[in-house]
Amino acid sequence: MESKQFWITEKFISIDDVVKNVVRPEAGAINTFIGTVREFTKGKRTLYLKYDAYVPMAEKKLAQIGDEIRGKWPEARCSIAHRIGELSISDIAVVIAVSTPHRADSYDASRYAIERIKEIVPIWKKEHWEDGEQWIGDQLESKAYPSGHPEQEDL
Amino acid sequence: MVKVLLFAQFQEAAGTESVDVDAVGQPVSHVKSVLKENYGLLDLDNATVAVNQEYTDMDTELKEGDTVAFIPPVSGG
Repeated sequence: MESKQFWITEKFISIDDVVKNVVRPEAGAINTFIGTVREFTKGKRTLYLKYDAYVPMAEKKLAQIGDEIRGKWPEARCSIAHRIGELSISDIAVVIAVSTPHRADSYDASRYAIERIKEIVPIWKKEHWEDGEQWIGDQLESKAYPSGHPEQEDL
Repeated sequence: MVKVLLFAQFQEAAGTESVDVDAVGQPVSHVKSVLKENYGLLDLDNATVAVNQEYTDMDTELKEGDTVAFIPPVSGG
């Protein structure tokens, strides 16, 4: 249905719509990452999530990730869709598809894409728990931001 | 005028998605001060900023018609 390679949507994401964007004869591997809504985080029960985004900039930044991947893995092709709005447990929040001639690069590039999403794409998640709600900040878990935000060179 | 977009916790705290600020010829930091004073958005220090959908810094000078967005720490994926 979608003709875009990188998009934000309020609707259910069909995994096929993302995967078909990267199918090509040169590929020997297509790696698909599916991010879903988790019920328990550190023992706390999530009832549902709400995602907000700066949609035009988020789509630009997803496309930038695609460009970065082509810079690092010239033979890779990538497509990414991210859902916003209210999502229930196990709903699909993000789908990343990467195709490459050989499998190793498809794993590496897919991992790169999800980590970059968590760095530069203006999307925010609000957790709704039984006893409250909160907008969630940086959750890279692998990188500390001493200044409280990414430094210029990370953007 | 410049258009200022607010998202997530900033949008909820200010009670609006966008505000117009008279900040032509001023740096982004001026807009931040105005928002802190008029809307009590003290957490803006934790935000990065984008002008016309590109990340930039607080020293960027604003032109007529620019769109400024304060970006709270992101949490997509």
